[in-house]
Amino acid sequence: MTTPAPRRKAVEPPIDSRAFDLLSLTMALVLGLHASHLPWWLSMALALTLGGRWWQRRQRAGRVPNWLKLPLLALLTLAVIVQYGNIFGREPGSALAVGLLVLKLLETETVRDARVGTSFACFGLMTALLFDQGLIATVAVALGLLPALASLRALEPGQAPTSLARGLLPGLALSASALPLALLAFLLVPRLSSPLWGAPSPGPARTGLSDSMSPGNFTDLLTDDHPAMRVSFDGAPPPPDRRYFRAYVMWNFDGRSWRYLDVRYAGPREPATLEADSSIQYQISLQPTHQRVLPALDVPLQAPPQASLQADREVLADKPVNDELNYSARSALRYRLQSNLDERSRRLGLRLPADFNPRTQALAAQWRQRFGGNDAAIVQAALTLFHDGGFRYTLAPAPLGRDSVDDFLFDTHEGFCEHYASAFTVLMRAAGIPARVVTGYQGGYWNKLGNYLLVRYSDAHAWSEVWLAGRGWVRIDPTGAVRPERVSLGAAAAAGDQLSWYRNDWLQGLRNHWDIVNRWWDQGVIGFDALRQRGLLTPFGIRDTDTATLGVLLAISSVLFIAIGLAWALLRRRPRDPLRDALRELERRLARKGIVRGLTEGPQHYLGRAARALPGQRDELARLMSCYLELRYAHDEPPPESLRMFQRAVQDFRVVNVVK
Amino acid sequence: MRDPLQRLQRWAEKRLPALTRYRRPESLPIELHRRRIYIVPSGFGIGFSILLLVMLVGALNYANNAALLLTCLLGAASAASMLVAFRSLDGLRLSHIRAGHAIAGQAIELALAFDSSRQRNAIRLDLGGDTVAFAIDASATAQVKLTLPTVQRGWQPLPRLRLWSTWPLGLFRVWSWLYPDQSVLVWPRPEVAGPSPHAPADDARHMRLHRGDELAALRDYRVGDPQRHIAWKASARHDHLLVKDFEQPQSRPQWQLDWRQLSALENEARIARLARWLNEAQAQRCSYSLWLPGNEIASNSGPLHYAHCMNALAQLP
Repeated sequence: MTTPAPRRKAVEPPIDSRAFDLLSLTMALVLGLHASHLPWWLSMALALTLGGRWWQRRQRAGRVPNWLKLPLLALLTLAVIVQYGNIFGREPGSALAVGLLVLKLLETETVRDARVGTSFACFGLMTALLFDQGLIATVAVALGLLPALASLRALEPGQAPTSLARGLLPGLALSASALPLALLAFLLVPRLSSPLWGAPSPGPARTGLSDSMSPGNFTDLLTDDHPAMRVSFDGAPPPPDRRYFRAYVMWNFDGRSWRYLDVRYAGPREPATLEADSSIQYQISLQPTHQRVLPALDVPLQAPPQASLQADREVLADKPVNDELNYSARSALRYRLQSNLDERSRRLGLRLPADFNPRTQALAAQWRQRFGGNDAAIVQAALTLFHDGGFRYTLAPAPLGRDSVDDFLFDTHEGFCEHYASAFTVLMRAAGIPARVVTGYQGGYWNKLGNYLLVRYSDAHAWSEVWLAGRGWVRIDPTGAVRPERVSLGAAAAAGDQLSWYRNDWLQGLRNHWDIVNRWWDQGVIGFDALRQRGLLTPFGIRDTDTATLGVLLAISSVLFIAIGLAWALLRRRPRDPLRDALRELERRLARKGIVRGLTEGPQHYLGRAARALPGQRDELARLMSCYLELRYAHDEPPPESLRMFQRAVQDFRVVNVVK
Repeated sequence: MRDPLQRLQRWAEKRLPALTRYRRPESLPIELHRRRIYIVPSGFGIGFSILLLVMLVGALNYANNAALLLTCLLGAASAASMLVAFRSLDGLRLSHIRAGHAIAGQAIELALAFDSSRQRNAIRLDLGGDTVAFAIDASATAQVKLTLPTVQRGWQPLPRLRLWSTWPLGLFRVWSWLYPDQSVLVWPRPEVAGPSPHAPADDARHMRLHRGDELAALRDYRVGDPQRHIAWKASARHDHLLVKDFEQPQSRPQWQLDWRQLSALENEARIARLARWLNEAQAQRCSYSLWLPGNEIASNSGPLHYAHCMNALAQLP
């Protein structure tokens, strides 16, 4: 029995400090890109570990011993479980991955370790995009590839020394040359119409509009200036004071908060009747809200596909909007909504909790007495009260007590849209006019360059609708009575200087203009889904591009790109020979006079023949020839000044016509 | 991972006809071109492509287009690195090989000169178990030093050399074989111990006779110089004493090393003994001549003469 001889295991030399620095930089970048969603203490601990390891490696090369590494590993797992409850899923998984990546650095000493670490870092870079796939995040992640590629290069032995910054450039060049192929593959890789495993977990929750409204819960929303949706109109956009996008219509008031009357409680009802005069067609691209409601301009005529029109002409999608959704709709601009109010609706529109806001009810009763049956006069009286009663628009109002409307109307006199809408509606109901609260968006920024209306979360708004006999539901915006700019100019103008420094005018203008890039990115790259891919070849007459066609196209174009790449790789670039070029020039000049150099003719023979053919220039040609022969054969490398003289002599050479 | 790859490489070399074409030695200079450059993904390359696949499936599953774009970019960059790997060997030229001196059993030093029109990095040269990594600047020559183990005296042909690289990212391994038609001369190994060469006696006597006899120069008197060396006549013409300085006698004996004197020994033993004598003569810095069958080397001294004699010995049949 023979035991196999132990294979000679090549001892891998430790990686040099340049490669290790680049690797540490890559991992620091990965950590930085993930820091936004990791708990701060974990980011700090990992950053400290990384920095400590880097410092330790600078002092002396060597792995971190196992007695230190294994407890750290256990600690990391424990920390992730404590923070997230488990280790699976997007957040805990990526936290664990980033932690393992940093721990991998602790034992990285050989080329093999470093390569594994770099590959894993590439994976870590990709997972950062699962949290934010905006343009800036993507560019940052793509830049993170540079140190990764540079550290892979630095692992190769025997290369000319370069600086750290210059070491990053070849990676950039490589990525840039790979970009066309990458874009092509991006276009043609068949998308999955349904995920292979698990449902993709929802993105980071934006507050968005909610189906209830109580004083103060809009504050988060009004300071969040991420885009909520982008609207493009067929034809001219409606004027600013008509840009009301309805989301929820709220009937239920419990003394403190307004609630959306879900179909579960109200039972199925037919959409309210609508007589429209003029209408407008538009497309909305809605950011994910994880809710079913689809905001629509004013009063929509019908629901887009996969959505339904509710009783008060609000639009609910069949399932929550978890990805960016594009839909088109048509809305009425001048209309009469529900000109006949049924008894049930009237009852709902007048209902108030009994023992709340006594002073408000008293005021309303007083108005009713004064104006009699004139509902419009009561509405006007309320608006006049808001306009002249010393009310102030602020995003940071004083807190309100149990009788919130009383407190607001008679004591604090400050608040924002939801305070006004709520108080106005309560006043109307108390005065016997059916009224309800509508929430949604109002205003937005008109991007001239992109021809679309950008609506941010901060454009969220609440207003009232009152039912007037003969006119149906009429929109009344009490906030406009206090602060007309809110309606005509938008939320930012209304808030004045109450917003943080980064939302001041010029910066805001810049951000509004920049939004077109975001829109392009969102629509062109992020929104390029299976459906859009199927329509990819429509301009070429193929209506529905299936997976097989895409595969064939991908194969063909990859082969094409590989051919281009091979042509580049195989192209032999001959070193330039200025001396030969100069001689060629001389030959061209002589050839015009019929003295053509033979294929097998040497320069001496040829120029000698030329001298015989042009006896008038024999001396000049002889001089040129000797000069050429000397430059060619007397030196390894022709001296530059003699070469220049020869070139000039050739340039000055003119064939003189022989006079016979 | 490494074993199957090497098996694949061996299989490829056996099967691919183009490779067998370069099984025969060829004369220098050797320029590498596409017909003799081979490329396969390295173990790391295979692992990395699996990772890319995982990233692709992940990006597709989560319908995350930014991640998909990143994966495509990384994949395309990896593919492009294959072309860069090819170009790092394509057009490389082995212009000449210079060998050092070594006696049989020792490693001989080789200096291979590679030149190239553009800059190249991280090229590795394998010879036996020895690997050297080097870089070349644009239109420059790189001298690569290697050692080659030797066995016996005489001409030893160079083995096949493998030139390979995993530049730039380590994802692909590109290699080519060089089989230069060149041999190195290995000197004979001297015997460990043995008799000294027979030096003619009259030579020594002749030297003693002439010892210190030739007046070479006059110099200033130094304390301790013998009185009889003082040049009285010359000193009279100067204001201080002058001393006659005699040339040191020639300490280098004339050795005549002769193949025919060692007729009692067999061939290799004769060579080993002559080699030892040559070493001793060289160490004592005497001048020597060497007679070999068909090759007579006149008396001389110095390292060139020594190399000449050793070369002659090494080339004996």
